[in-house]
Amino acid sequence: MNKTKPERPCVLLVDDYPDAREMYSEYLQYSGFDVIEAGNGIEALQQAIEREPDIILMDLSLPVMDGWEATRRLKADRRTARIPVVALTGHALAGISEGARRAGCDAFVTKPCLPEDLVKEIRKVLEQPSSSTSKKTRRSGKYAKTNG
Amino acid sequence: MTARLRLLEGYLSRTEVADAAQYGLQWLGEALGVRQSLCLIKPSAESSLFTVASHGFASSTTSSFVVSLEDWGNPLVHALNTRREAYYPSSHTAADRRRRPSTPFEDAAFHVLPFGSVSFSDETFGLLLYGGGAQTSTELRWFTSIFAQKLDQILRQHTLAEGDRRQGRERSLLYSIINAVTDPILLTDTEGRLLIANARALTLFTAGEEESEGRRGAVRMNNMLLSSALSSKAIEETGATRRELLLVNPVDGSDLLFELLSTVTEDSRHGTGVVSILRNVSDLRRASEEIEENYRKLRLAEAQARAESDRLNLIIDSVADPIVVTDASGETSLMNEPAERLFTLPSLASSIEQRWVQANDAHFSSFIAGMLVSADRRRVGEIGLVDPRTGENMPVEAIAGKILSDHGELTAVVTILHDRREAIEKATLYEQLKQASDELERKIQAATADIAQQNELLRRQAIELEQASQLKSQFLANMSHEFRTPLNAMLGYTSMLLQGVAGPLQPPARRQLGRVESNGRHLLTIINEILDISRIEAGRMPLQISSFRISDLVAEVKSELEPIILRSRLAVTLDLPKDLKPLSSDRQKMKQILLNLLSNALKFTHDGSVTISARRDPVERTVTLLVADTGIGIAAGDQQKIFEDFRQLDNSPTRLYGGTGLGLSICRRLAQMLGGRIAVQSQVGKGSTFILTLPAQGRK
Repeated sequence: MNKTKPERPCVLLVDDYPDAREMYSEYLQYSGFDVIEAGNGIEALQQAIEREPDIILMDLSLPVMDGWEATRRLKADRRTARIPVVALTGHALAGISEGARRAGCDAFVTKPCLPEDLVKEIRKVLEQPSSSTSKKTRRSGKYAKTNG
Repeated sequence: MTARLRLLEGYLSRTEVADAAQYGLQWLGEALGVRQSLCLIKPSAESSLFTVASHGFASSTTSSFVVSLEDWGNPLVHALNTRREAYYPSSHTAADRRRRPSTPFEDAAFHVLPFGSVSFSDETFGLLLYGGGAQTSTELRWFTSIFAQKLDQILRQHTLAEGDRRQGRERSLLYSIINAVTDPILLTDTEGRLLIANARALTLFTAGEEESEGRRGAVRMNNMLLSSALSSKAIEETGATRRELLLVNPVDGSDLLFELLSTVTEDSRHGTGVVSILRNVSDLRRASEEIEENYRKLRLAEAQARAESDRLNLIIDSVADPIVVTDASGETSLMNEPAERLFTLPSLASSIEQRWVQANDAHFSSFIAGMLVSADRRRVGEIGLVDPRTGENMPVEAIAGKILSDHGELTAVVTILHDRREAIEKATLYEQLKQASDELERKIQAATADIAQQNELLRRQAIELEQASQLKSQFLANMSHEFRTPLNAMLGYTSMLLQGVAGPLQPPARRQLGRVESNGRHLLTIINEILDISRIEAGRMPLQISSFRISDLVAEVKSELEPIILRSRLAVTLDLPKDLKPLSSDRQKMKQILLNLLSNALKFTHDGSVTISARRDPVERTVTLLVADTGIGIAAGDQQKIFEDFRQLDNSPTRLYGGTGLGLSICRRLAQMLGGRIAVQSQVGKGSTFILTLPAQGRK
């Protein structure tokens, strides 16, 4: 919360496939991002709360807790609600992107996704401060206030 | 010769039949050794032959031997009638005996010789029977002729003497008879001259000098009329003729109508004559006319009655059911033809037919008897008859009604018999039909149950297939995910290497990594397309209908392929009507189709142009998009194959055009999903036009 426009934005990369995680991580670092990683939904929630990343890349098919559930929880938590979530999935079946949006994802990227394309998408999301991300944040905040 | 002389001498003095016969037989025995002989004579006024002489027989056997002339079957009578000699050889068997007459000769052989002649007034004749062999010697033949001559002579003399006496008596009797006849009777010669006339005829045809002139004139007239009536025609014709003859009564000059019957008679002594009898029919004619008139009336009345009765018969005969009318005593008085077939015997009835008819009659009679004794005026009952033509049982329904006179007396019973066979047969047929129908129904039920079972089985199989298909699609979806994950890493690292993330690359390494990348992309395309097909088939590609402008969509597709268009150096022109209304369809799927068609056009056209055009058909309510190129074209025989799965026409230089061979197959499926169709028109070397036709209002 106290961070303002970091020089190197922090990306939380959630993927259960180590090679993919490592590849994206390497390229994101190469492209000027700080990267933290999580292998499942629970880890993702912990990391998000603990490290407050600027953006979360969320694979949807995850062990322990899947990406949809994790996203819903993130968006329901006022600490993490403002963090944009880019869904990332190898499932190209129809309805998946819609489900991801309903769960609260801000953007949707289909695997295979070349590292450079992913970076483009991340930059695009980060450069839209007043888009759906802020709306979601406001809504989440409201929800949090009522609760607290 | 002395023997012959002796016979002739003996016969000179003999004038009696029995004496002459006995002498002859004796001579036959002595001179010619004929041991047994017999002479039979028919005396006048007798109708049998009696033995007059015999030789070699006991007198007791011959005196009782009599042959009746009325015994026509007797060969002796036959020999006599035909005047033929006969010979009977000795008989040995009962059959032989039956063929010969019974005579005193018994079984011995004998000859029969008839003699005698017939005179006009009486007949006297006889037979000579003598024993011996079949051969007749000259002596024997001489004797038989002498014997026959002698007996003939004696007999004729007897007859003539007796005939003269009798003739005198008979003539006077005849005259008194014909004179007693009131009708004129005449015998005329062939010239018409009067020979004999009775008293009545004399008054008509003769007149003495003393008679009056008028009377003589009338007689002359009558003679003339008679002779003309008896003229040639009457004479020529033999036998009796009958005609009318109008004469004048010489007494009072009145007309007399006679019927003239004339017969020609032949007489050896007097020649040919004509016997005429005149019957006075003057009164008879009047009477006959009256009778005729009465008869005519009677005939008319009878014809009317018959017509009436014929009509009635026709009516009752035309009724197919047998009708019987019975009188009060139970006797049948009338029946129609169908009834006759049941109750009367046909002309050539077999014994079994007779029995059937009799049985029918008995059954019917007992029914009628019951009817007659009962007080009912009407009665209905069933009688078991038999059809005499076929012997078939014929149950009938009998409906009987009594006909009563004005005084209430029973005059007749009318019975109509109705054949129930047809009704019974129909009932039987109906029963059979019903059974067959029931059977059919049972079979249908069984078949229906069977079909239901089959259907259930098929339904389960369909569900299983559906499940299998779902599983297959799910499997493919999962597979493609599993493919993508490692492929993602491969493509990602390759890209990173090419970007020099790990440091600068030598040109050969860069070129080789380029190959890795392009093959990786190709593999990805294949996976994506397989996934698309499996999604369409698994129904996991729902339609998302929205309204959009075709021009926008085409522009978007063109811009996405802009890098390829630039590389191809082809002119891509758009020909879209300005007033094209927005289309309601699935934008994403339509875009996919157009992308595919345009990239194909670019891929298979080496120079020339590609044109995208659109038009709307307001009648069919469709929108058509055309992607036309000037490329290599597709042969007519291949134009359908290109829409099939994994179909690439150019198989040999595989990588000349690349692609998976699934693109058009997906386009076809997508077009179908959108309620449209896709087609191609092409000529090899000239180019191809792909035509996508979609409903303007989207799929309902």
